[in-house]
Amino acid sequence: MIGLGHYITVAAILFTIGVLGIFLNRRNVILMLMAIELILLAVNINLVAFSAYLGDLTGQVLAMFVLTVAAAEAAIGLAILVIFFRRRGSIAVDDVNRMHG
Amino acid sequence: MISILAFYLFATLTIASAIAVIFARNPVHSVLWLILAFFNAAGLMLLVGAEFIAMLVVIVYVGAVAVLFLFVVMMLDIDFASLRSGFSRNLPFGIIIAMVLLAEIVIALFAHQAGPSFAGAPVAAAQPNIVALGQLLYSRYLFAFELAGLILLVAMIGAIVLTHRSRRDTRPQKVWKQVGRRPEDAIHNANPGVGEGMKL
Repeated sequence: MIGLGHYITVAAILFTIGVLGIFLNRRNVILMLMAIELILLAVNINLVAFSAYLGDLTGQVLAMFVLTVAAAEAAIGLAILVIFFRRRGSIAVDDVNRMHG
Repeated sequence: MISILAFYLFATLTIASAIAVIFARNPVHSVLWLILAFFNAAGLMLLVGAEFIAMLVVIVYVGAVAVLFLFVVMMLDIDFASLRSGFSRNLPFGIIIAMVLLAEIVIALFAHQAGPSFAGAPVAAAQPNIVALGQLLYSRYLFAFELAGLILLVAMIGAIVLTHRSRRDTRPQKVWKQVGRRPEDAIHNANPGVGEGMKL
């Protein structure tokens, strides 16, 4: 029987992979954004699993809001990435602290 | 039996494709692996009966976010090979951090009996998932729902304002100039004398 613990374990592994992705791809902003999406996906799996096993739909409502914020974050992040690339010709995050004017 | 099998299939594929997202050399492949991870996570959500969230994950993540990522990866002419320079240097440190984090989460997971316990059995739904979710969303969480719409509006306007640029090398139609033109500015009556010509 698949219990709550299975789902939390999957979400924990997914979360860890997301954090690892941020650590490994320190210079590539696109991959960092993808890793953030993975982390938010892990959070969503957790919320849905708890909501199902507690018989309370609030977790699924919260998962919807997390989904909204994830979509908005991806749109804004990629827009910032596009204008950064237009200005500098590269997306190396090491240069970001030099972005004046 | 088949649900246990489906759970392990979806869970394994989700984790495997998430690892492939991190380690893929080509960012386009990363996005495609991300799409596979989203599909399998939607399958996981479907297994616990959250049909609407599963459909939402497929529609929003795969239909919008992943396509946005694919669009940006393909639009920008980026030298991705140079961006991987610190990858092998960060690898041992990152693995250590990830292992510590995973160990902490697993310890917390197996210590959860210390907190208030709850009945682990899923409650049989009297009405379909979408109906129940809609009734909850449009009554108790109405203002939060409106706020979510506002966040999306702000994100849309922000993305448009950030990426919009006025190009100087094109010659667009200036409607305000056309509309604001009056006959007395445009027509000039002249009565030149013979042989004098006229100044334009």
